[in-house]
Amino acid sequence: MSIKVRYFASLGEQVGRSESELTFSQAMTVRDVWQLDTIEKSIPDNVLVAINMEYADLDIQVQDGDEVAFFPPVTGG
Amino acid sequence: MKVKICSAAFNPWQEIQAYQATLATSAKFGATSIFIGTMRDYNEGDAVQSMTLDYYPGMTEKQLEKILTDAEQCWQIIDAYIVHRVGEINPDDTIVLVVVWSSHRGDAFDASRFIMEALKSTAPFWKKELLESGQTRWVEKNTDGYQKM
Repeated sequence: MSIKVRYFASLGEQVGRSESELTFSQAMTVRDVWQLDTIEKSIPDNVLVAINMEYADLDIQVQDGDEVAFFPPVTGG
Repeated sequence: MKVKICSAAFNPWQEIQAYQATLATSAKFGATSIFIGTMRDYNEGDAVQSMTLDYYPGMTEKQLEKILTDAEQCWQIIDAYIVHRVGEINPDDTIVLVVVWSSHRGDAFDASRFIMEALKSTAPFWKKELLESGQTRWVEKNTDGYQKM
């Protein structure tokens, strides 16, 4: 399976990149994706998550081809 | 109903006039509620020189459309329009425009309030401020729109 991972705003700066591609064989949740891609950097309490541009939870299992995004609380308007 | 992401400065009054001119139901709406959010030159006690608004292309538009659809489920809306700036923004620039056309004021007021609060809490936009001091910082959270001063 391969997925695209994206990081936005301050979270992108903390992680050090705005996106990556991950390939893996076992089932993974969004939380697992964070841990694998950020090398165990602790996940912020207020992180927001989207799968394929829709809000999701950290415990959702990702699927092949998904785009998983992590971002901080939104501040538009 | 329509959402628009704008990377250049826009005149909210022209946007309202232009959009309203396209409505086929001009004699049907008795109430138009307008909210315009403008950039301040200060925040949390500091002078702010400019701001960069980041967003998630694709998801941001999708989320704004969802907010309009949700509003339509709860209130009698004839039409609604959201315009939001992204990129480099200066004080006095319009950041956001929300317009709701309805038959009566109750639906127009309440739906536009709902749309703004939902936008502030769920639409993927992030502000990074450049202070007069030269320091940059991300805005970490929005103020509570219902808080009494």
